[in-house]
Amino acid sequence: MAQVRRSAPVYDVVVIGSGAGGGTVVQVLTKLGVNVALLEAGGMLNPAKDFKEHMWPYQVPHRGAGEAAESYFGRKDFGFFSAVNGWWEIEGEPYTTAPGSSFRWFRSRILGGRTNHYGRISLRFADYDFKPYSRDGLGTDWPISYEDVAPYYDKVEEFIGVFGSKEGIRSAPDGIFHTPPPPRAHEVLIQKACAKLNIPCISSRLSVITRPINGRAACHYCGQCGRGCVTASKYSSSQVQILPALKSGKLTIIPNAMARELITNDEGLVTAVSYIDKTTRTEKQIRCRTVVLAASACESARLLLNSKSSRHPNGLANSSGVVGRYLTDTTGYSMSGHIPALVGMLKHDTDGVDGGHVYMPWWLWDKQKEAGFPRGYHIEVGGGYNMPSIGSFNRTIQRHEGYGASLKAKIREEYGTFVSFAGRGEMIPNEHSYCEIDPDVVDQWGIPVLRFHFKWSDYERAQVKHMEQTFTEIIEIMGGTVVTKQKDISVPGEIIHELGTVRMGDDPKTSALNKYCQAHDVKNLFVADAAPFVSNPDKNPTLTICALAWRTAEYLAEELRKGNV
Amino acid sequence: MSEVTRRDWLTALGAAMLSGGISAEAAQHVHQAVAEAKKPAAGAYKPKVFTAHEYKTLQVLADLIIPADEVSKGAVEAGAPEFIDLLCSGNSQLALIYTGGLGWLDRESQKRFDAVFVEAKPDQQRALLDLLAYSKNAKPELAPGINFFNWARRMVVDAFYTSPIGIADVGYKGNKGMAKFEVPVEAIRYALKRSGLG
Ligand SMILES: Cc1cc2nc3c(=O)[nH]c(=O)nc-3n(C[C@H](O)[C@H](O)[C@H](O)COP(=O)(O)OP(=O)(O)OC[C@H]3O[C@@H](n4cnc5c(N)ncnc54)[C@H](O)[C@@H]3O)c2cc1C
Ligand code: SF4
Repeated sequence: MAQVRRSAPVYDVVVIGSGAGGGTVVQVLTKLGVNVALLEAGGMLNPAKDFKEHMWPYQVPHRGAGEAAESYFGRKDFGFFSAVNGWWEIEGEPYTTAPGSSFRWFRSRILGGRTNHYGRISLRFADYDFKPYSRDGLGTDWPISYEDVAPYYDKVEEFIGVFGSKEGIRSAPDGIFHTPPPPRAHEVLIQKACAKLNIPCISSRLSVITRPINGRAACHYCGQCGRGCVTASKYSSSQVQILPALKSGKLTIIPNAMARELITNDEGLVTAVSYIDKTTRTEKQIRCRTVVLAASACESARLLLNSKSSRHPNGLANSSGVVGRYLTDTTGYSMSGHIPALVGMLKHDTDGVDGGHVYMPWWLWDKQKEAGFPRGYHIEVGGGYNMPSIGSFNRTIQRHEGYGASLKAKIREEYGTFVSFAGRGEMIPNEHSYCEIDPDVVDQWGIPVLRFHFKWSDYERAQVKHMEQTFTEIIEIMGGTVVTKQKDISVPGEIIHELGTVRMGDDPKTSALNKYCQAHDVKNLFVADAAPFVSNPDKNPTLTICALAWRTAEYLAEELRKGNV
Repeated sequence: MSEVTRRDWLTALGAAMLSGGISAEAAQHVHQAVAEAKKPAAGAYKPKVFTAHEYKTLQVLADLIIPADEVSKGAVEAGAPEFIDLLCSGNSQLALIYTGGLGWLDRESQKRFDAVFVEAKPDQQRALLDLLAYSKNAKPELAPGINFFNWARRMVVDAFYTSPIGIADVGYKGNKGMAKFEVPVEAIRYALKRSGLG
């Protein structure tokens, strides 16, 4: 059974999970002098060794396709050159979907979680995003408002570094920005086309620094952020928060530690975390004064649901029964087009940062009737003279039959002449979408797994129709033609913004956490990932995860100091 | 014991990250060093999967798909046959596609021209490939050949354009790093003018 050393230290705080939320909590607490132990289910990361930034495809004989031709037979990861990031399936750790539902769950098992590779899009929620019910009668209002979170957005942006431009657009509040890189040539065309449609097309807001801060070098525009940035010029919780926090001497990292259950005492407080030491396949316990769950929204819900006892028959912190409920993902739809105006343009270095230098924030927030659906979406763009890699020319070889000199000429001509658009929109929580413990299935350590239920509603479908029309219009105004388009709305989970499963609120009957993300039922338990979110606005969640985690960490430190927890 | 001490961490880390000061120039230096480090080895390549005859056939096929032209050399020079052989050696399903496909090509060539593919005349080789490459020529009995040709075409293209020759051919200019990101005004003007947007 579990080995508990009598002399084992009691940590002020045990943090579970080292992604955006866990990383931020670790950074803030260690700075405030709190002793923290970090349990991470994955292994350690060594960026200098693990990252493949700047490698050419021909530097490996398989050119990035993989030794076993993985690129041609369905990869199980993002590709050879990508930063370690996890995948939809993890060996030995299944999840299930209920009949009639589909859900894809992307998980990482590595220090830094999904931030080592993530897309770095860093958007503040708008003021109205915190009050969705007041705005249109759907969903639920957050127990906090934009004003509560704004100071933490400031702190996070200052610390991790986000570039962008100040625009004064209500749907996209300005932040504290580094100077953004200018738009690429095709992005200038997109801006002009959007101007004709009265769609704002502004500088992207990405967690990439364009001047040195905190000992991190400014971005050198190699466009390879997804491979992991050796100079830590982009945000990852591993490089930007957790490694530097080690210098404080306040942090103990326990890698390969899969938390299984929270142990409570007679008063219903958490006293220890039971975890699997994956390297020895043994169960251990770590004692704590307080615990912060940051294992990612669904993992945190799973951990609570699996922490059952006679005192907590529905799982811990779940007297309301909301844990696992209100699961949402972002809606997604994409399209690409060929732009003849770009043919024959002077070839130049368009690497910049990995991702679009411009994006379109939601523009019909004051004309929702005109949109024909509640809530909104933003648009991300792609294009440019990218480094050729396996599959780079699939579009051209699909468009043109044949071989030989004519094929070669076509590829040369079409290189860099495609643009792509991806819509990312807000889903409204519904009663059909949630996760629960599958009573029949356990993972390789015997931990019961999650079963997902999910349904898009007509709101989301209407939104995606609108995306299709808008992207087609933009491509046509650019003088281009549509080349590829998604058939249907994204598969639930696929946009990797799953959240809402341990939501916060003022009423303990309808929420699991209070406005500081502290459990109503268990005062020494906090949640610091996207599980507390009450809604899923059309802004990628990570900046808000960090802001809320920062706020929770400060509150927690103060409660510790006062002896309240 | 899985607990990682601070000291382990510090030694495990690239110095660049904690000390923080890698300048753009230094980074650029790193890129170039990496780029120089590993050039594809020259000299005769020994196939891992294919017989000498199959490999020869694959070479001929690869250069038909991406031949040398006035801009750049062809697929063989860019290492496409090596690439395909290597991947086949790691994936038996792929190996079957290629050995089967190359065999099909020989038999079909033999039937039509009384010569295996490599011994057929260049215009005969192209005549056979035309049957596989254009949907207007597609016939049910050609299906195995068409399927194989699509594989070969896609992989030869991938191999060619991920080689230094292919990368230079399309004119990719990046992977260098820049101190400041800039777009040539001339490029923007050109695109705007042609698009009619300004
Ligand atoms: C390809 C991709 C692109 C993305 N792009 C963007 C973007 O542009 N902008 C954006 O805002 N978001 C983006 N996201 C989403 C973003 O990565 C997540 O929102 C963010 O990382 C979530 O942070 P987190 O702390 O909740 O969890 P994670 O980053 O998932 O980290 C959770 C950590 O907890 C660990 N863990 C899980 N269970 C346990 C357990 N039981 N015990 C111990 N440890 C455990 C995991 O191993 C993991 O390391 C993207 C995601 C992906 C995959
Ligand atoms: S583009 Fe900038 S942030 Fe991204 S990997 Fe290169 S240097 Fe790092």
